[in-house]
Amino acid sequence: MIVASGKRIGSPSDLAGERDRLCKLRGSGDKGVLVCVGTGCAARGSRRIHELFVEAARETGLAVEAVKCVGCHGFCERGPIVVVQPGEILYQRVEEPDVPEIVRETLLGGRVLERLLYEDSATGRKAQTAEQIPFYRAQQRIVLASNGVIDPKSIDEYIAADGYAALAKALSAMTPQQVLEEVEASGLRGRGGGGFPTGRKWRSCRKAPGSPKYVICNGDEGDPGAFMDRSIMEANPHSILEGMAIGAYAIGASRGYIYVRNEYPLAVEHLGWAIEQARQAGLLGESILGSGFGFDIRINRGGGAFVCGESTALMASLEGRPGEPRAKYVHTVESGLWEKPTNLNNAETWANVPPIIARGADWFAAIGTEGSKGTKVFSLVGEVVNTGLVEVPMGITLRRIIEEIGGGVKNDKAFKAVQTGGPSGGCIPAKHLDARVDFDELTKLGSMMGSGGMIVMNEDTCMVNVARYFLNFLREESCGKCTPCREGLAQMLEILDRITHGDGRVGDVEKLEALADLLAGTALCALGKTAANPVLSTIRYFREEYDAHINQRRCPAKECRGLFRYQIDEEACKACGICRKACPVDAIAGEKKVPHVIDQDACTLCGTCFDKCPFNAVLKI
Amino acid sequence: MGRNMVETTEEDRLIERIVARYDGEVGMLISMMQDLQAECGYLPADQLRRLAKALDVPLTRLYSVAMFYASFSLAPKGLHEVTLCVGTVCHLKGAGKISEMIREEFDVEPGGTTPDGLFSFQPVNCVGACAMAPVIIVDGTYHDGVTVEQAREMLIGLPSEADAESEAQT
Repeated sequence: MIVASGKRIGSPSDLAGERDRLCKLRGSGDKGVLVCVGTGCAARGSRRIHELFVEAARETGLAVEAVKCVGCHGFCERGPIVVVQPGEILYQRVEEPDVPEIVRETLLGGRVLERLLYEDSATGRKAQTAEQIPFYRAQQRIVLASNGVIDPKSIDEYIAADGYAALAKALSAMTPQQVLEEVEASGLRGRGGGGFPTGRKWRSCRKAPGSPKYVICNGDEGDPGAFMDRSIMEANPHSILEGMAIGAYAIGASRGYIYVRNEYPLAVEHLGWAIEQARQAGLLGESILGSGFGFDIRINRGGGAFVCGESTALMASLEGRPGEPRAKYVHTVESGLWEKPTNLNNAETWANVPPIIARGADWFAAIGTEGSKGTKVFSLVGEVVNTGLVEVPMGITLRRIIEEIGGGVKNDKAFKAVQTGGPSGGCIPAKHLDARVDFDELTKLGSMMGSGGMIVMNEDTCMVNVARYFLNFLREESCGKCTPCREGLAQMLEILDRITHGDGRVGDVEKLEALADLLAGTALCALGKTAANPVLSTIRYFREEYDAHINQRRCPAKECRGLFRYQIDEEACKACGICRKACPVDAIAGEKKVPHVIDQDACTLCGTCFDKCPFNAVLKI
Repeated sequence: MGRNMVETTEEDRLIERIVARYDGEVGMLISMMQDLQAECGYLPADQLRRLAKALDVPLTRLYSVAMFYASFSLAPKGLHEVTLCVGTVCHLKGAGKISEMIREEFDVEPGGTTPDGLFSFQPVNCVGACAMAPVIIVDGTYHDGVTVEQAREMLIGLPSEADAESEAQT
């Protein structure tokens, strides 16, 4: 880590000088260890691994600064991840006992430890660097470019990587009008889910009468199964601050807020550090880089309410009130926070701004499709081989993301659906896997881009139960202000509960559709309007599963309890007695060397035998 | 000394400190309440009353905020804090079974505390660690890929107050 100098940077040329100084300090070809301490790797003990490297560095006479904490690489599943320089050698699933060996062999001896390298399960080939791993190869990283490379707690590292150069360019060489035009020309659309053109939103806010004006970063990443914004806020907090400062300059705002989920303590910590350092360096506060433009940012933590991701609810929360949305007949760009013109963008959107200003709108607009420019970060999770964060150019097919980057479905199971867009999104079946990732195309398929959750489901996932899960989630998170959402979701959930318990009735699906229609047409905010999407998309693509539950009292995926039975496979049963002893109701009979049998009348379908059998001899039928 | 002389208590000073931290800005009410909860473990009724008075807002407003947001607690919490992620991926990978086990075997409802006060149980929607699902967080430490058995053992093994005291003595 380069130690923060705490020096105030007074002009764009000061900034350039500082960057050159820092780059010289760092040098190239030096020995170094980068330890990921993002939430995922930290959960597997990477902080301790970092400490051990620091101790080892001290003992062996290496510079302690050579051991660095970095943010999330996005390949959390393979964590803890350690990168050794020179050579960018990527070690995965590093454990504490591996540290001395890495120091001795790789750092001091220059030898690569084969056993810690990533192995491609398809080819059996070992990958030495990130670029050789299929998971990274098909990605195009713009907002995640510095993740896993720079220390998120060091502003110097961000500056050395050309950080704040875009802000300097905007303040010294562009008028606010030119910045607006650049962002408009880039075609950037909101990454939080709505996909609204960012430049147009900024322009409306700039034009709106009233002052002061506010800019807000929405870091309330509420979609379960999504952690793109967490990763950016944790690993590269300055990119968000820089984006917000550029936006504030274009819009004419002097105050910004970052609203972060309560469940992301590390993001709050890193953003807090970043704001403090940026203030000390004069990159936030009065007259930034001597330009006369002043801007400062405050962090607010959420309280654990999903609806606060909705812009008007978020603003209510920022005002210290319950996060209830309001009807948007007056847009927030005209009357938002404290009834002043307010521009809210998602964390990933803000992080896209500095590269657009630095490299130009044309460069950005050349990436992606006609209507969707640039890249999008997805959190690829669920039943895929490689899970983690992937940043891909817009227009890439779902198939390439899942099969090439994700390595396909885990454990040789069949692919069933991919859920995109969070609880307001939908499930896309195999026949549409060649669809391109694009705001408009995903909407056409009955799903949406959303904030970027991408959850892969296999043949064992019951689609009715998935719809029930999301609906239950939204019913709990509905703020209760408007009747369609409060009551409609409760009614729909009751129907889905019945169906998944085997008490479905003919006509239930039609009732669900009618209620969904009502919700979409009459709910107050986006939460309610889109709440039925998971139900509608599963009915659209997996109607036969609904019918099997209702007409035959059968769950084809064998997930809904009571709608399938357990049976012991005589051939596979080794008569070990484990299931017999584990059965809580003594429903399994059998002796030594005699295959066991389940008494179907006594069985309560709890599934204990299925979980306990070491030979996979208990079948779901 | 007259009875109407009110002494400044430790509780008063805590509220003063918290209010000053945010320059008394009413918009920062949620942050203030979060800080109060971090200090006390929950939101004590008398402290809410002090805070309402200090900010000159109706007490009902503090209660409406406390009840709207899932992270606030109006009752004291258990000795340990157990957070279970029930986000989509954790759900797909069996968080529901873990939640069922905790509710049934430890006699605790989501958002509640065990009868013996050993731990509070809070299911949350997503902690953003989906690649390691299912995730359970015990006193701030993340545990990934947990099974029902592992979760059970973890919770049974939580030290009680008496354990902590005897530990301190040895």
